[in-house]
Amino acid sequence: MNVTEFVIVVVLFAAVSVLGFWAHRWRRSSDVSLEQWALAGRGFRSWVSWFVIGGDLYTAYTYVAVPALLFGAGAIGFYALPYVAIEYPLVFLIMIRFWSVSKTHGYITAADFVRGRFGSPTLALAVAITGIVATMPYIALNLIGMQAVLTTIGIHGYWPLVIAFAVLAAFTFTSGVRAPAMISFVKDALVYLVIGVAIFYIPHRLGGWNHIFNAYDAHFKATPPGTASLLTSANQLQYITLAVGSAFAIFLYPHAITGVITTRNRAVVKRTMAALPIYSFVLGLIALFGVMAIAGHIKPLIGPTGKPDTNTVVPNLFQHMFPSGFAGLAFAMIIIGALVPAAFMSIAAANLFTRNIYKEYIRRDATEQEQAWSSKIVSLLVKVGALLFILLINPQFSIDLQLLGGAIILQTLPSVMIGLYTRWLHRGALLAGWAAGMIVSIWTFYLTPNIALHQAHWGGTGFTLSHLGLHTETAIYIGFIAVVVNLAVAFGGTALLRAFKVASGPDQTAAADYFTDVADTRAAEPAVPAGT
Amino acid sequence: MTQVPHPQEPPPDLLTSAAPGRRSDHSPWNWLLLIPIVLPLLVPIYNRWEPKLGGFPFFFWFQISFTLLAAAVTAFVFVKTKRRS
Repeated sequence: MNVTEFVIVVVLFAAVSVLGFWAHRWRRSSDVSLEQWALAGRGFRSWVSWFVIGGDLYTAYTYVAVPALLFGAGAIGFYALPYVAIEYPLVFLIMIRFWSVSKTHGYITAADFVRGRFGSPTLALAVAITGIVATMPYIALNLIGMQAVLTTIGIHGYWPLVIAFAVLAAFTFTSGVRAPAMISFVKDALVYLVIGVAIFYIPHRLGGWNHIFNAYDAHFKATPPGTASLLTSANQLQYITLAVGSAFAIFLYPHAITGVITTRNRAVVKRTMAALPIYSFVLGLIALFGVMAIAGHIKPLIGPTGKPDTNTVVPNLFQHMFPSGFAGLAFAMIIIGALVPAAFMSIAAANLFTRNIYKEYIRRDATEQEQAWSSKIVSLLVKVGALLFILLINPQFSIDLQLLGGAIILQTLPSVMIGLYTRWLHRGALLAGWAAGMIVSIWTFYLTPNIALHQAHWGGTGFTLSHLGLHTETAIYIGFIAVVVNLAVAFGGTALLRAFKVASGPDQTAAADYFTDVADTRAAEPAVPAGT
Repeated sequence: MTQVPHPQEPPPDLLTSAAPGRRSDHSPWNWLLLIPIVLPLLVPIYNRWEPKLGGFPFFFWFQISFTLLAAAVTAFVFVKTKRRS
């Protein structure tokens, strides 16, 4: 075990934990409500929001998995770049409408909106369950990111994960969304520091970018087909459908939606969306660590399951390239980077349970206070569940489930995103479309093998069209196929239901609700005692 | 946190529902958002090794620059549509 690295990681972890517990005093409100615990009263301003949403969306798993994909699969792994480049311009106009309608009606989840818009608790339940199921493995993946770092430092066993998650659960319970919000400042400062140094220092040690990319090219020229240093005719379509599908999917994920509605007004949402591509730029640099690892002859370490774990490639690269002190900082960055999204995700999943299951089906007259309690307790359970996922089941299961998660969350697009613009779609048809999309997602994912891991099924998100009898090697992202089927059923079904004049549900929202705003002035803030 | 008065700003107005005449996000400037959305999807444009930039193959540096394009265009559209929303 490397003691220097371990001490740095422990000290920084302890520091952010103190910050997490202290965060409940930040912008404190006497109001004990879900809106306060889960959304910090919808009060974050521009700079804060940029850190908060950036900290929320770019997970520890992203930091290790995106380079690992480039390391293992070559150019196709770089799909994360077009994905993170297009996502903000893509949702820029959509999310301000979502912000406004949520503000007007006090919606806390996407399912709340769907319920209000289409008058259908059942459709809302479908959206809520999809959100919870997609989020659970995502939380588990943050643990995999942490585990990769711990393996590299030389700590074996799962006990550090249990301690880290217990502390995370405790401060999320007491401070709510304020905890990850506050910690995101530390996370991001570490990210910019570590990446800023690494992106110059490592190439310098490896003999320059020219050498690095030549080694990458030579490496993939020597590997079997399917991986290549540039895109092939077979995977170009997969590349862009993955990018587009993922870009829509990310802002359907509960934690992203929670992040967006913690903001104070529409201008904050817009300003934040305009500044978030800076994180995407940094992610582009992080992805290149996968290329550097090839040039540096870095080998994946053996993970706790006894197999080589490519997620250890980035930590192992840092280990080989940096002196222990700086490697410790880099490892702390990844571990703290896991805490912020994991907290956000557990809060968001808990809100879906509270608002769209507990309040809808178990306790209709739940007070604000009871709802806050429900979410606090469920956020604990969600973290325990994610931990058990990793401890009891092969971690590969979480990775596979998360891949599927991206596809299934996309199946809420017609209800949520199209629903923001029109309620022409019928609730019955939306539900049928959602079901069709879920089935197609699962079925196509089942049919796809994973050659690298010798799995015949549940292997990946690139569905080869030869399964449909077409003579081609071309593959398409499964979520993309599923959402096309979903839309076809939703539109066709709506036409049919309208032809038979089947009643659609009442719409709680009015056209003007989608433009509600809060003044941008500081003076307009409700009186807050000085010093908070 | 000290409250700094802003003399030029309108009087405190806590929750404004949309003011009349502002009930739309439409603006011709929004069309610019299509550039950073569509360009990254045109794979044939950038699926090549040359021209390199500072040792980076075209495939890499061109795609990384899309993130900066996204920031620039989105920020520009935000500024241009500020008064309207």
